[in-house]
Amino acid sequence: MTLSQGPAPVDAAPPEAPPLPSVDDVENATATPDEPQPHAALGLRDEEYARIREILGRRPTEAELAMYSVMWSEHCSYKSSKVHLRRFGETTTEAMRARLLAGIGENAGVVDVGDGWAVTFKIESHNHPSYVEPHQGAATGVGGIVRDIMAMGARPVAVMDALRVGPLDAPDTARVLPGVVSGVGSYGNCLGLPNIGGEVVFDPGYAGNPLVNALCVGVLRHEDLHLAFASGAGNKIVLFGARTGLDGIGGVSVLASETFAEGTGRKKLPSVQVGDPFAEKVLIECCLELFSGGLVVGIQDLGGAGLSCATSELASAGDGGMHVDLDAVPLRAENMTAAEILSSESQERMCAVVTPENVDAFMAVCRRWDVTATVIGEVTEGDRLRITHRGATVVDVPPRTVAHDGPVYQRPYARPDDQDALQADTVAGRPRPSGAAEIAAQVRTLVASPALASRTWVTEQYDRFVRGNVTSAAPADAGVVRVDESSGRGVAVSIDANARFCRLDPRAGAQLALAESVRNVASSGAVPVAVTDCLNFGSPEDPGVMWQFAEAVAGLADGCAAMGLPVTGGNVSFYNQTGTTAILPTPVVGVLGILEDVTRSITSGLGPEGHAVWLLGETRDELDGSTWAGVVHDHLGGLPPRVDLAAEARLAELMAGAAVDGLLSGAHDLSDGGLAQALVEAAVATGRGATIALPAGPDGLDAATVLFSESAARMLVTVAPGDEAELARRCAEAGQPAARLGEVGGDALVIAGVEPLPLAELRALGEATLPAALD
Amino acid sequence: MTRIGVITFPGTLDDVDAARAVRYAGGEPVALWHDDADLHGVDAVVVPGGFSYGDYLRAGAIAARSPVMGPVVEAGRAGMPVLGICNGFQILCEAGLLPGALVRNHGLRFVCREVGLRVEAATAWTSSFTVGQELRVPLKSGEGRYVADAATLDALEAEGRVVFRYTEPAPNGALRDIAGVSSADGRVVGLMPHPEHAIDALTGPGTDGLGLFTSVLAQLTATAGLR
Repeated sequence: MTLSQGPAPVDAAPPEAPPLPSVDDVENATATPDEPQPHAALGLRDEEYARIREILGRRPTEAELAMYSVMWSEHCSYKSSKVHLRRFGETTTEAMRARLLAGIGENAGVVDVGDGWAVTFKIESHNHPSYVEPHQGAATGVGGIVRDIMAMGARPVAVMDALRVGPLDAPDTARVLPGVVSGVGSYGNCLGLPNIGGEVVFDPGYAGNPLVNALCVGVLRHEDLHLAFASGAGNKIVLFGARTGLDGIGGVSVLASETFAEGTGRKKLPSVQVGDPFAEKVLIECCLELFSGGLVVGIQDLGGAGLSCATSELASAGDGGMHVDLDAVPLRAENMTAAEILSSESQERMCAVVTPENVDAFMAVCRRWDVTATVIGEVTEGDRLRITHRGATVVDVPPRTVAHDGPVYQRPYARPDDQDALQADTVAGRPRPSGAAEIAAQVRTLVASPALASRTWVTEQYDRFVRGNVTSAAPADAGVVRVDESSGRGVAVSIDANARFCRLDPRAGAQLALAESVRNVASSGAVPVAVTDCLNFGSPEDPGVMWQFAEAVAGLADGCAAMGLPVTGGNVSFYNQTGTTAILPTPVVGVLGILEDVTRSITSGLGPEGHAVWLLGETRDELDGSTWAGVVHDHLGGLPPRVDLAAEARLAELMAGAAVDGLLSGAHDLSDGGLAQALVEAAVATGRGATIALPAGPDGLDAATVLFSESAARMLVTVAPGDEAELARRCAEAGQPAARLGEVGGDALVIAGVEPLPLAELRALGEATLPAALD
Repeated sequence: MTRIGVITFPGTLDDVDAARAVRYAGGEPVALWHDDADLHGVDAVVVPGGFSYGDYLRAGAIAARSPVMGPVVEAGRAGMPVLGICNGFQILCEAGLLPGALVRNHGLRFVCREVGLRVEAATAWTSSFTVGQELRVPLKSGEGRYVADAATLDALEAEGRVVFRYTEPAPNGALRDIAGVSSADGRVVGLMPHPEHAIDALTGPGTDGLGLFTSVLAQLTATAGLR
């Protein structure tokens, strides 16, 4: 008996089915060449539309127009950045490529880390969705980068997040930051991916345009590397994972306008996608089982631009054509048009190329994980991507023209007029503290400032223990993950940027971000081997922004070349601005380092009681752009600290050698807040104080300058008294400037010339700031 | 070697950690699958942490009704040692093997923190500790606030079934700072913090968590000896 249904009406006519939207197929497009098309509303310029007509020899169908418009968007085609990004390829030497199993152009770069292991890592932005809907925007940002890593054949093993929001006390920050953090947290936690670190930066420039950059690290054996290509005529295209719905279809495009929906009575869904981390977790395990069963020829994740991107990229990277039948795509909504199916950004989907004899086994694995999987097409002879829907051919294109031959722009760029004035306005004339009480007061102010306060409020919402391979996570300088439990082989990763320095000098700023990230990785004793980047900038149509971008890319490419580190992949995010005001130029740099044995990595913080505290590197009068200048004087001007990549490399090499030999009992990198903050963080993290005498150095610097300067290429280390001579010997041999500062011990930071700072007070000051504003 | 089953539901996350803990303690981990109503002759079962079935509906509610839980409940009632960690604890409560429920943390946020735990009772999973001993173990959960009505809580206290208590005020607002409870016979134990993440100082706060696994192995070996 069915209780839920009423009696069937006897005489009533069957309910009328909603009219199906008409299909604009190739035949129709050919027959109606003059049909007006909404290319401008889809973001295509007139000349871009003309070029599509030229490529096809006719007007595009609705579906083709949708595909070209998303794939030729800035986000997918890199049309404004391409000419600059070439510099990365040009500066990468064969020697730098030696460790690369896959590089730029793949879903993510893959690096040989030894013993047959490889690690893939990549960082990507999800800035705009995270402003519109912080939780889901950030969550799906994590989901997207994790699928990129899966698409290489790797098991994702860790995530990191670099977050930039408005001032801590801005009203909207209380909406954006908690939402973003809960999004990153809930998605990563539910996937079972430890979050091993990142950044949280507050600056007014991000108030109307926060940055959410997520990084994922994956691990694989060399032989498990999978690439995105569709080869072998007759091979099947399998779409698996979530069903395809109306979510995530570009909010500004005609797809979300009435034209397509008219008469169908359907509700358009928000343009920010909604994530289902459970579906993704199951998809991860399903994919890994498919990989280990050897059931996959090629694989591609579905992210931005959905099936448009996956099919055109798979096909153009392969050696044949492809036929896809959209009627086979499992849908969440009725009567979706071809254009909608192709543009949908529904999350948690993957697309695989499978040989016909493996399809049954492939489906069996998907069934075991309750993952929906459907053959939607096959690799064909020839070189066309042909997509059919309701029996008609709605797409018939050369796939390369969609995926790779998008427009390339030489955007005009020019050094902004205010750059000279900005650089001339140094902080040198502003008062520096003197006297024990005043300096101590400013140390306290900095410790409690949003710029430097403890990030525990954020990191406590992230699981850092799951899978039992994380040996170091935030607040440590670098996240360290064990790759091989039997040998202890592992990797260290850090992501960094200093947008204030970039504003003052984008070229030097990008190199300082690289330097800091390298230093953070080196502080664990790891050997830096590869770079990924996420380049967040304002509008490329603004020549000043374009100049910042060109400078930063050049600086980063040259810096990486100087350090012998290949850039393995990354992401460009433009149009980060509020009105006409661009964000600070923010190139976020991720560095991957190798540790042959994580049990020998250097502990973050101070060593045991009685150990000596040393400062490696030179301290100069470099306060322009510093956290001190920002917090104490609300000042940004002058020139950033000097870049010395040779010094960074020398320091990293010294640290790696010291780790192997177990020479150091603790380490902490110097960056934001200078020596003062490094001492505070190291002491608070270890729960031990120190007695410190400040070195005046060759320049005879005053105490405040030594404490707050942000000179690069410096590291705080601790060493057992018996090992000091060896450390001194190594530094002398390497030409590494080094000075003994004092000893670990007590429950306060006792710095000569500064009022003693009890650890309990420092901890309380640092930990109160975020909760006070956000709880 | 003593065989300890570790269940994997779709969405289980800490199964590899639980299996590693069993191995470190000297047992043999046996993978059990949610869809297989067979315990494959294991001597004890660990229901690990994670977000089984996405924790949609209610944390642990769907998993508690999955095929594998039939024999787990039956064996647990008959005295087989069963340990539920975090989501596993939620599942055991949902399955009726343990009293009470786990609800949203009082701060409404996920909390990942190393916490102090005091061992309050000797059970199949705590016999190698001394009562009153303090452990350092990670807690990581969004729905970890243990609740039950006052009569149940009083009974649990009176019967010595409060197995673990937070040494500081419970970060999730758990009633009476309860972190873990047991069945009447002390064979089934559930707790929110993660002892399987505290088995190696390299990757966790120390090795205090290993004691839960060595406890059950010692118990099972002793019982096997008696047989």
